[in-house]
Amino acid sequence: MTVSDPSQKHQRREHWLMLALVSPALLVILLLIVLPVGWLAWQSIYHDGFTLENYRRVFTEDIYWRSFALTFEISLAVTLIALLLGYPVAYLANSVPKGWSILILSLVVLPFWTSVLVRAYAWLALLQRSGVINQFLRYFDVISEPLALVHNSFGTVVATVHILLPFMVLPLYATMQKIPGDLMQAGASLGASPSLTFFRVFLPLSLPGVLAGCTMVFVLCLGFYITPELLGGGRTVMVSMLVSRNVELYNQFGAASAVAVVLLVSVLAIFFVVSRFISLDRVLGQK
Amino acid sequence: MMRISAARIALYVISALVLVYLILPVLIIAPISFSSARFLTFPPPSFSTRWYQQYFTNPAWMQATRVTLTVALFTVVIATPCGVAAAYAISQSKLRIMRVVHMTLLLPLVVPIIITAVGIFFVYAKVGLVATLPGLVLANVMLGLPYVVISVLAGLQSFDPAQEMVARSLGMNRLRSFFAVTLPQIKSSVIAGGIFAFISAMDETIVALFISGGQYQPLTKRMFTALRDEIDPTIAAISTLMTAASFLLVLLATTRQGRKAG
Repeated sequence: MTVSDPSQKHQRREHWLMLALVSPALLVILLLIVLPVGWLAWQSIYHDGFTLENYRRVFTEDIYWRSFALTFEISLAVTLIALLLGYPVAYLANSVPKGWSILILSLVVLPFWTSVLVRAYAWLALLQRSGVINQFLRYFDVISEPLALVHNSFGTVVATVHILLPFMVLPLYATMQKIPGDLMQAGASLGASPSLTFFRVFLPLSLPGVLAGCTMVFVLCLGFYITPELLGGGRTVMVSMLVSRNVELYNQFGAASAVAVVLLVSVLAIFFVVSRFISLDRVLGQK
Repeated sequence: MMRISAARIALYVISALVLVYLILPVLIIAPISFSSARFLTFPPPSFSTRWYQQYFTNPAWMQATRVTLTVALFTVVIATPCGVAAAYAISQSKLRIMRVVHMTLLLPLVVPIIITAVGIFFVYAKVGLVATLPGLVLANVMLGLPYVVISVLAGLQSFDPAQEMVARSLGMNRLRSFFAVTLPQIKSSVIAGGIFAFISAMDETIVALFISGGQYQPLTKRMFTALRDEIDPTIAAISTLMTAASFLLVLLATTRQGRKAG
């Protein structure tokens, strides 16, 4: 371990020093995320004795089922739309000179550094009945009645895709960067058309990035709270809102905990399945 | 040949539209904040700073701003040294358990924030930390730690630990050699990590919704409550200021990282 003194005693001291150095950070994480989540899990099965009542409710009562179904539907829609919008942008950023790709990627991450709350406000301003888009369309006589663009699932999806798109574009771009350019040239020189080389060579090689981006977007969307709460108009009750309502409105701590545990298990299960195919570091954006 | 260029043009058009979609909401807030109208009108009737005046003269907004800045500053002061120490140990130690430690420190990025928020609320309710400043700071330290750890680990990747060995073989003790040799070389990633932790604390909303209250409510919680009730252009003014602050900080963080690379 050390150059000056290879003795065992020294090495043990080195180990203790390293453990001491990680302990403050580790303590914070253990106390503020591991303990609270453990508490939730405990609370979901224990209330004056062990009970599975909370889980029975989550899995049988309509309101819970519908919320979970809706959350998965919206997350799936958001993921697909983000992929459709993100792929061309990542492809373009990968195929233009360095200066341009830096510009494109900066524009992609720019909104990332704006508070989610600020962006929810911006979308309200843009999409509401008297909002910028409706006024714009009426100004040019495209529509006569304002469109219902927000306080529904549509508004939620538009704003959520906006927030999650960077999480799609960045892993896609990182993967595309590693695809050697001469492979495409080889395809072309062998007589394949550009679209054929794209679909047979480029697209398959970019699939790990697709998987990484889709996983991150889907998982983040499952737990989204602020955007559906502010833009969903109360009708789009996602799982996160179910958790918060059970705590704040109904004081149903056990039910809230059970919902939270089911959500967390879903997220961890997705990460686990995906980790069989690609490295999780890739999903978490650490390459 | 025609088909290639058609596909290429489609690619440009689609990408341009997507970029407009990404940027438009960020840019729309500033004109709203400088509009004199009580309700949103397009195009804005006239220029006015009344929403900024309303923000700066309202004691409730000012108190919330003080809370946000205090929490963010304390978060950086606590999370940065903890994160740097942890990242250093993770990168230098050969202990097997460090991999587990590394993954554990990234948990705040993996667990959906709503779950973390509710869990912290229950724990805080037991120990009396709800609606307190220390409670808010601690939660934000936890949420900011991954950013510091990730940033510093990236910085340490290009650092050669042999340099520190040399310093120590020349008689410096461990601590001194860290401060004299290692820290100056990873300084930019430490600063970047600290800045990201600051921004994370400044923007954090969901945990604050559950655990903050009374006079210790940060800006984001008040904004959220205000947004649920009605759209007040004062929020546009605050949003514009927050966005400007974030962008300045990110610019600061990335130019520092750039300088290191160059």
